[in-house]
Amino acid sequence: MIGNLPFVVCMILVALGLWTLVAKRNLIKLVIGVGLIQNGVNLFLVALGYVRGGIPPIYTLAPAGAPMVLPTPQALTLTSIVIGVATTALMLAFAVVIYRHKGTLDARKVRELRG
Amino acid sequence: MGTHAPILAIAVPLLGGFATPLVARISRVLRDFWVFAIALFVAVCVGFVAAQVFAHGVTVYVLGGRTPQETLAPGAFPIRIMLTVDGMSAFMGLIAGLLALVAFPFALRFIPEEEGKTLSFTLSLLLLAGIVGLAYTGDLFNFFVFLEVTSIAACGLIGFRTWTSRAPEAAFKTMLLYALSGLFFLMAVAFLYGEYGALNLAFLSRQLRGSALDRVALALFLSGLLLKVAAAPLHFWAPDAYGEAPAAKTLLLVVNTQVSLYGLWRILFTLYGGVLDAGVGWLVVAMGLLTMVVAAVMAVGQQDLGRLVAYGAVSQIGYMMLGVGVGLVTLAGRPDYALVALKGGVFHMLNDALTVGLLFLCVGAVEWVRGTRDLGELGGLGHGLPEVALFFLLASLALAGIPPLNGFASKILIYHGSFQLSPILTAVAVLASILLLAVFARAFQGVFLGPRVEVKPELPWSFLIPMIVSAVGIVVLGLVPGFFLEQVVTPAAEALWRGRHLYLAAVLGG
Repeated sequence: MIGNLPFVVCMILVALGLWTLVAKRNLIKLVIGVGLIQNGVNLFLVALGYVRGGIPPIYTLAPAGAPMVLPTPQALTLTSIVIGVATTALMLAFAVVIYRHKGTLDARKVRELRG
Repeated sequence: MGTHAPILAIAVPLLGGFATPLVARISRVLRDFWVFAIALFVAVCVGFVAAQVFAHGVTVYVLGGRTPQETLAPGAFPIRIMLTVDGMSAFMGLIAGLLALVAFPFALRFIPEEEGKTLSFTLSLLLLAGIVGLAYTGDLFNFFVFLEVTSIAACGLIGFRTWTSRAPEAAFKTMLLYALSGLFFLMAVAFLYGEYGALNLAFLSRQLRGSALDRVALALFLSGLLLKVAAAPLHFWAPDAYGEAPAAKTLLLVVNTQVSLYGLWRILFTLYGGVLDAGVGWLVVAMGLLTMVVAAVMAVGQQDLGRLVAYGAVSQIGYMMLGVGVGLVTLAGRPDYALVALKGGVFHMLNDALTVGLLFLCVGAVEWVRGTRDLGELGGLGHGLPEVALFFLLASLALAGIPPLNGFASKILIYHGSFQLSPILTAVAVLASILLLAVFARAFQGVFLGPRVEVKPELPWSFLIPMIVSAVGIVVLGLVPGFFLEQVVTPAAEALWRGRHLYLAAVLGG
C-alpha cells in the first residue's frame, strides 16, 4: 500500500486539476488547473522509474550488478516540465492580453465567440 | 542527402524558423526568399522520402546510432530516438509539404510588415517542423514532444492578432484544450512505459497484450487525440481557432488537425492493431457522424465567412473518421470493403487539405480586399474579383462532393464502404454534404453576387498563384483519381493495415 502512495497522490493531483477546469471560471485558475494536471503526470513519470534500493543511474560509478533507478523517466520528466513552462507562459500571456481588452478574467464575461 | 532527408525535413524548418528574425535584420526581401526556400526545401524532402518509401518500403532513420539504419542497441532493444516512415507517414508528410508550398507564398503579401510578419513566419516554420515530426516519428515520447511543439506554435498563430479582442480569447481556449490533450497523451505514454518499459512504437506494438492497463492507456490516447482533431462534441475550439488566425496561417492549422488524426490512426492501427476489437471502430464511426452533422448544422447560422468555412473544415474531419472507422469495424469480417473505406478516408485527407486550403485562401483574399468577413457587409465582389469567386465556387462544390471534383472521388469511396456496413451511415453522410452545399451556396451568394462593388487593390500574384495551384490540384485529383489512388493513397491505406508487420519488422527485424 505504502509503495503505491506516489501513484495515489498523482491521481489526486490530476483529479483536482480536472475539477478545477470544470468548476472554476477565472482564467488564471484554469491555468493553475492545467498546471496541477501537469504536475500529477510528471510525478507519475518519476514514480514509475523508481527502483527500491536503486542507485543513481551513472554507469561508471555503479558497482557491478547493483540495481539502478531508471534514467529514462527522469529525462522524460525534465522535457515535460520544460514544455509545461512554455505552455503555462503562453496561456498566462493570453490571459494578460484578454484582461487588457476586457478588464475581467471571468470566463463567462470574457466570451465573445460562441455558436 | 538522400539518407538524411527525413531528419532534414524536421531540422531545417526548426532551425530556419529561429533564424528567420536574424535574416530579417539583414534584409526583408532576403527573409521572404529565405522563408520560401525553407518551405520549398521541406516539400522537396518529404517528396523525396515519399518516393523512397513508396518504392522500397518502410524507411527508418536512427539518431545516435553508428549508422542511421542501426535500429537496435545491444540486447535487441530499440533504445534510440528514431524516425519510422511508412506509406501513411509519407502520405501525411506529402500533404504537409504541399500545403506549406501553398500557404507560405500566400502569407508573403497577406500579413503586413507592421503586424509582425517576421515572427509569424518563425511560428509557421516551427509549426511545419512539428507537423513533419509528428508524421515521421517512430517513438511515442517524441510524438508527445512534437504534439506540444505544434500546439504552442499553432496557438501563437491563433492569438497572433493580439490587438483584436477575439483572437486572444480563441487562443486561450485552444491552448487550454491542446495542453489538456497533450497531457492525456503523456499520461497514456506513462502507463505503457510503466507496463513495458519502452517508448518505441514498434516495440510496444509487439509487446502489447491488451491488458486492462492497456485499455486505460487507449482511452487516454483516444480522448487526447480526439480533442486535438476537433471531433464533436470536443470541436468547439476549432471554429474559433480557424476563424481568428490570419487566413494564410489557417492552412497550417488544418494540416495540424490532420496530422493529429494521422496520430490517431497510428495509435489505433499500428500500436493497438493486434488487440483491437470492433467497438473502438464503432466509436470512431459514431464520433465521425456526429462531427459531420453537428458542424454542418452549426455552419448554417454563421455570419462570419471565416467561421463558416471553419465549420465546413470541421465537418470534413467527420468524413475521414467515418471512412477509417468503417475500415476499423469491418477489418476482420469484410476486408475488401474495409480497404475501400480506408482508402476513402485517407484520400479525403489529401482532398480536404486542398479544398479547405483553397477556401481559406479565398477568405483571406476577400478579407484583404474588403477588410471584413461579415456576410452582412460583404457582397458584389464577383465583379471585381471574378477569379476568387470562381475558386470559391470550385472549392465549395468540391467540399460538398460534387462530381467531377476531388471531394467526390474520395467521398464516393467512403459512401461505398460505409454502405456495406449500414445504409444509414451513408444517408447521414450524404445529407450532411447536401446541407454543406446549401450553406456554401448562401455564402457564395452573400459575398460574390449582388450589385457591383469597387475593388481597390489588385490581387497580387503571390495570392493568385497558390490559389491556381490548389484549384488545379482539385480538378486534376477529381478527373484522374485512379492514378493518385494507385500511386499514393493505396500504399498509405495498406500501410495502416496489412503494412503493420512491415512497420514492426523494419524496426525490430524478423
